[in-house]
Amino acid sequence: MIINHPLLGPRDSSEFVYLGDACLINRPDWQADDALEQFIEYGHTRDNPAGLHRELWYHEQGDRSWLVVTRNTVTHEITQVELARDVARAEGRSK
Amino acid sequence: MHDLTPLCALGGAEPHTDKVAGVTLTETPGHTLASVAARLGQEDACTKHLGTLLGSEAPGVGSWVRSEPISAFWTGPDQWMLSAPYDTHEDLAAQLTAHFGATAAITEQTDAWVWFDMQGDGVEQVMQLCANIDIEKMPVGAAARSVIHYMGVYVLRSAPDALTILGGRSSAGSLHHALLTAMRSAL
Repeated sequence: MIINHPLLGPRDSSEFVYLGDACLINRPDWQADDALEQFIEYGHTRDNPAGLHRELWYHEQGDRSWLVVTRNTVTHEITQVELARDVARAEGRSK
Repeated sequence: MHDLTPLCALGGAEPHTDKVAGVTLTETPGHTLASVAARLGQEDACTKHLGTLLGSEAPGVGSWVRSEPISAFWTGPDQWMLSAPYDTHEDLAAQLTAHFGATAAITEQTDAWVWFDMQGDGVEQVMQLCANIDIEKMPVGAAARSVIHYMGVYVLRSAPDALTILGGRSSAGSLHHALLTAMRSAL
């Protein structure tokens, strides 16, 4: 499997480490009234789609950037690769 | 005062050199290193400061700008590694902190790395055995981070027949063994 790194170009997936669902970017506010429920949801509950899945990959053996990879879990086709920081900033994070 | 004797990364008082066929592998202790990481929101200012320092553009993705006395290569988005001669820039990190001000986080790196220079006819074949990078597609001035024998390294192309390899100083012996084994095998 090849991951087309947005900066470095196509790299073998063995250079990367898989973390999981890209929803992990959206860490809940620990001061919210329902923080406990939110963190239980954040820590344990995942969708398990047969199809497109957005997930976090870390380029451990390269430039060590975090990527959001959109992968089809049925075919392993990768349709989009973005820098996680760009995704987070587009959602108003890390300002 | 302590009276300590400086040693090279491989443990010798003098830098170690190996020669296999036409390729020479040399431990090069004469560099001081510091990393520069732009602070959030200061990326443009930091890049500009780096350009001023180098007298050219800051190195882009996967590249290495060599200038006197300070050189820099790209290590990640908004991050670079800078090097300079040890004799004149032992306090590189302090100098950079003064230059970059609040636009960057500067970290002293000199003692964290071992610097190997590999030169001669066949360095590409050696690197093909070592690391998962397209070394033949790396022009002079290219920089890449990769892994050799499970050790994270930077591989820099200094000339058509020369590479620079930076690895963790604490595993200098293992990296030296890996490079030398590949040289004996490939050449």
